[in-house]
Amino acid sequence: MTTNAPTRHPLPARRAGFARKGSAFLATHPRARLAFLLTAPLFWLVVVYVVALALLLVTAFWSVDSFTGEITTEWTMDNIITVLTGSLYQTVTLRTLGVALAVTIVDVLLALPIAFYMAKVASPRMQRILVILVLTPLWASYLVKAYAWRSVLSQDGILEWLVSPFGGHTPGYGLPATIITLSYLWLPYVILPIYAGLERVPDSLLEASGDLGGRAWPTIRLVVFPLVLPAIIAGTIFSFSLSLGDYITVNIVGGASQMLGNLVYTNVGAANNLPLASAIALIPIVIIFGYLFLVRRTGALDNL
Amino acid sequence: MTDQQPAIRLTGLTKEFGAVTAVDNVDLEIAAGEFFSMLGPSGSGKTTVLRLIAGFEQPTSGTIELFGQDVTKRAPFDRDVNTVFQDYALFPHMSVLENVAYGLRVRGIGRKERNERARRALASVRLEQMAARKPSQLSGGQRQRVALARATVVQPKVLLLDEPLGALDLKLREQMQVELKEIQRDLGITFIFVTHDQEEALTLSDRIAVFNDGRIEQLGTPAELYEHPGSRFVADFVGTSNLLDDAASHELLGRGGLHSVRPEKMTVGGGETGADVHNAPGTVVETIYLGSGIRIVVDLDAGSRVSVLEQNDRHRVHDDERGDRVVVSWHDADVISLATSESVTDAAAAASV
Repeated sequence: MTTNAPTRHPLPARRAGFARKGSAFLATHPRARLAFLLTAPLFWLVVVYVVALALLLVTAFWSVDSFTGEITTEWTMDNIITVLTGSLYQTVTLRTLGVALAVTIVDVLLALPIAFYMAKVASPRMQRILVILVLTPLWASYLVKAYAWRSVLSQDGILEWLVSPFGGHTPGYGLPATIITLSYLWLPYVILPIYAGLERVPDSLLEASGDLGGRAWPTIRLVVFPLVLPAIIAGTIFSFSLSLGDYITVNIVGGASQMLGNLVYTNVGAANNLPLASAIALIPIVIIFGYLFLVRRTGALDNL
Repeated sequence: MTDQQPAIRLTGLTKEFGAVTAVDNVDLEIAAGEFFSMLGPSGSGKTTVLRLIAGFEQPTSGTIELFGQDVTKRAPFDRDVNTVFQDYALFPHMSVLENVAYGLRVRGIGRKERNERARRALASVRLEQMAARKPSQLSGGQRQRVALARATVVQPKVLLLDEPLGALDLKLREQMQVELKEIQRDLGITFIFVTHDQEEALTLSDRIAVFNDGRIEQLGTPAELYEHPGSRFVADFVGTSNLLDDAASHELLGRGGLHSVRPEKMTVGGGETGADVHNAPGTVVETIYLGSGIRIVVDLDAGSRVSVLEQNDRHRVHDDERGDRVVVSWHDADVISLATSESVTDAAAAASV
């Protein structure tokens, strides 16, 4: 073979423009690079997010002058004590907790098989279609979806029409309707992390389990479940915390039932008692922190 | 082989993925206790055959028998075969011991007994000190041995190995080849080994099936395949071959057809004399120093380019350089006549059974 000496085409000379100098500066100054990247988002995070949350915490320890309706900035534990000991707040807290737990359980039970089908059974094409289908409801307004469920669940709604021939009835408006509607609203947030978690489990692990004699159930219990547990927990954090803070759905389909969010809402609005509202708002925050602490102890957060 | 059931018998095995035929009507018998390799380039169907035997895929048609029993319709967990996966497929959340004990655990064997047996299996691959570690804390070679222990602890009748040494570096691979051979001899079970590395297949196997395009191109012992490749594909894929086409064969050998000569059977020099010696003049293109040998690439005047492998066993006074005129010589007995295109599987299978 005769070797052809490669012909050299010289690159055009580099121009030392401003952009080029800037890039060169950033390339050699890692700290400047980091500052450039993070200043704006950090500013937003600190001012808009952390400060607002801190104000909420502080306000809970203030009170409202019952004559003038002005906020008195004297430290007091009154609001906290009211919230902890008042039977109304205890009942509503337990109810909210129960709804959030029920929603989470329903969502996980629905999400697991769907996510498994998406990640391990469906063809790549079907997989893409399903991801879009799961995401589609998120394009519609929250209010529209809640009102849609109100109409489905009403006494002459489609659910009644569907189940009445079999002797069933719509649950009507109330806590069951709230649980159904919230489960529907948060389902995509539970499916997606579990789907992503299952995607990361190599097929060969499932094959290896079958190869070694493991049938479907031992494979799920001993291999799949431990590996996707962190993803399941990530999903439950969404459904649990979103349910704890919700007050619109329960207003629309919950009948007369109230959740913690409703109490916050009335105290901010009608009652004009921002400190008490803040104290109530601390309840879900404390519960969520408790939940995260429990989850952390299982080691599930290490893999998030 | 006549009085004993073969470990594996494949009859008319075909697997289609949509329009693609991955495995095309394969018939194959593998004897009990054999170290059998399936060799071929990627996409040749060898891995699919392995997955069909394991039960991960269902054949489009054909049957799979395991010691005379038809297992075609059985699930993987109902087949007495176990697999060592290419990526080892160790369970990342379990310790090494739990991984090895997994097969016993799902069979309902108590903790004490299964841990004891798993420990013994780990000892057989010299990893008993690693029992408490997680797979992520092991090196590639150690993971490979854990995968081997996990697959053999349940005492399968046949062990399937899917390119198990592919991810290891050369030194470790050579070491593991020796270990695999020893383990196979100790256990006395059938090994079916899938590889694209012809050297590995030649080193390890009792018999080799060379796959091409979903079919078995040739079946035989390593020596048979190397010394008597039945087709151009096998001559090319198993070892290096100098192919002489019809025209070059006419000019150099005095007969037509496709022929091949192995590089180590040729010498470069001033020409040799003898009744059955062929001498062919040519020009040196490249001289490559290999350490143990020297590879000299020569463009023959007859139109073929050949590669000659000479042992580095004497003081070489001359080094042929690019452009030097030389004569390449070989004996007529070392010339392999190749069937042009059709497969010779049937003839080779008939000869070896």
